[in-house]
Amino acid sequence: MRLVTAVIKPHKLDDVKIALESFGVQGLTVSEASGFGRQRGHTEVYRGAEYTVDMVPKLRVEVLVDDVDASDVVEVLVKAAQTGRIGDGKVWTIPVEDVVRVRTGEHGPDAL
Amino acid sequence: MVPLQSAVEAAPLDSGITAWMLVSASLVLLMTPGVALFYGGMVRTKSVLNMMMMSFGAMGVVGIVYVLWGWSMSYSSESVGGVFGNPFTNFGLAGAITDSVGEYILSDGLPVVVDVGFQVTFAIITVALISGAIADRARFGTWLVFTGLWVTFAYFPMAHMVWGGGLLSGDGPFASIAEPIDFAGGTVVHINAGMAALVLALVVGRRKGFGKEVMRPHNLPLVMLGAALLWFGWFGFNAGSAYAADGVAGLAWVNTTTATCAAILGWLLVERIRDGHATSLGAASGIVAGLVAITPAAGALSPVGAIALGLVAGGLSALAVGLKYKLGYDDSLDVVGVHLVAGLWGTVAIGFLATDTGLLYGGGGAQLVVQVLIALVAVAVSGVVTLVLAMLLKVTMGWRVTEDVEVAGIDQAVHAESGYDYGSSASGAFSPGSRRSTTQEVPA
Repeated sequence: MRLVTAVIKPHKLDDVKIALESFGVQGLTVSEASGFGRQRGHTEVYRGAEYTVDMVPKLRVEVLVDDVDASDVVEVLVKAAQTGRIGDGKVWTIPVEDVVRVRTGEHGPDAL
Repeated sequence: MVPLQSAVEAAPLDSGITAWMLVSASLVLLMTPGVALFYGGMVRTKSVLNMMMMSFGAMGVVGIVYVLWGWSMSYSSESVGGVFGNPFTNFGLAGAITDSVGEYILSDGLPVVVDVGFQVTFAIITVALISGAIADRARFGTWLVFTGLWVTFAYFPMAHMVWGGGLLSGDGPFASIAEPIDFAGGTVVHINAGMAALVLALVVGRRKGFGKEVMRPHNLPLVMLGAALLWFGWFGFNAGSAYAADGVAGLAWVNTTTATCAAILGWLLVERIRDGHATSLGAASGIVAGLVAITPAAGALSPVGAIALGLVAGGLSALAVGLKYKLGYDDSLDVVGVHLVAGLWGTVAIGFLATDTGLLYGGGGAQLVVQVLIALVAVAVSGVVTLVLAMLLKVTMGWRVTEDVEVAGIDQAVHAESGYDYGSSASGAFSPGSRRSTTQEVPA
């Protein structure tokens, strides 16, 4: 199994969710995140004083998938989250040793 | 304002005036929660409650002080050298609101007790305005003591001098040049509060990180809501200061609005040219700058004159708020740039724009001279009194919370609360009833 983690632009969440659902993903976890990449931050002005805000708000989407699906899920996710402009985010995967469904106690791929 | 003891046998009760003044008093009282929102939105998340509590705390202290000795010091018939009224003459409003047979004392058709209510609200808002200069860092207890002392030694004397028949009124020495005009409180309220803010910011000192860290407003919709409530309440402040439901009140209402409209544009124009963006904080600040500037002038200008006054007020304050970074004083929410600068402008501009006596209306320079004089006296009185009180409190109670508390956020340490609950992830134990709070010392 693998954990697919994506950091995306907040307004792309619906596109990503719909694309993943139609691929067959059963669930995902979303959390608010902030950070910067090449996009860097932006400048705000309050009563004439300029503030550079380094951290840009993003969403972190996490999906647990079977090994065989991992590269397809990444592809679907990238396609759905893409705007082509700087700041679209990143997607990466890491191996997962075990997964347990809390309700039933099932382990491994059955718990996905 | 109304001379007090002339009353009993004069005009009978005027229910129209009385009704309007009760409404006006209520409107002006609403301004202080309005200031709390205006300032509260401008600070960071970690200190929003303390910022708002400085206004609400001022309401608690000043409302009581006013009834006990504030009215007597402002308007009692026993003036001490034209500087303040004897605080004991009408202590606790004794002898001020009813006569010997228990009838309500009237002054030009208005029961004096209604005037007391109206005046309480002015004293409260004036001291609340100062709080923005020392956001995020002041001990709450010290602030509460300051509010009581400051209204006693700075506000009540100014109110007496300008409105209570004292040195700066039509009965004072300047009146031989021209009668000083301060319709609703340019000197008593705004120069007074703005100068106190400057002194307090200097005595209390800068916030940690001032001029280096990002200290942006955490909730601008709150700021705009506060500005809207201030504008609404200001109708009581200015139109109520006509002490009548008549044409002068109507003129003050219209002038208050047009000056404020123009000040929004004045502020935004400066921002657009200087910074490239017209901001919502600029619009909200322009509203307050316009309201401040028209306050002393509301009954003396034409509506077109009010447009000119407001336009300049907005632009001037937009330029003035940058001074603190150049000069290095941390007037955190720009009480100086808005209230002192626009208050001075409004008071002095009467000398140019008053339709009866202004320089631009062919009235000569006498009014202008007098307006400059009363503005300078207000600056001096407020500056000296505030300096003495602030230094006294600095060496006795102390002004600052610890640096750890300031960094972690004053709300949790001082009030044991958080302004916002961002989610359900907070876990812990609950204990009904009071355990003496353990959050007095917050780790950095």
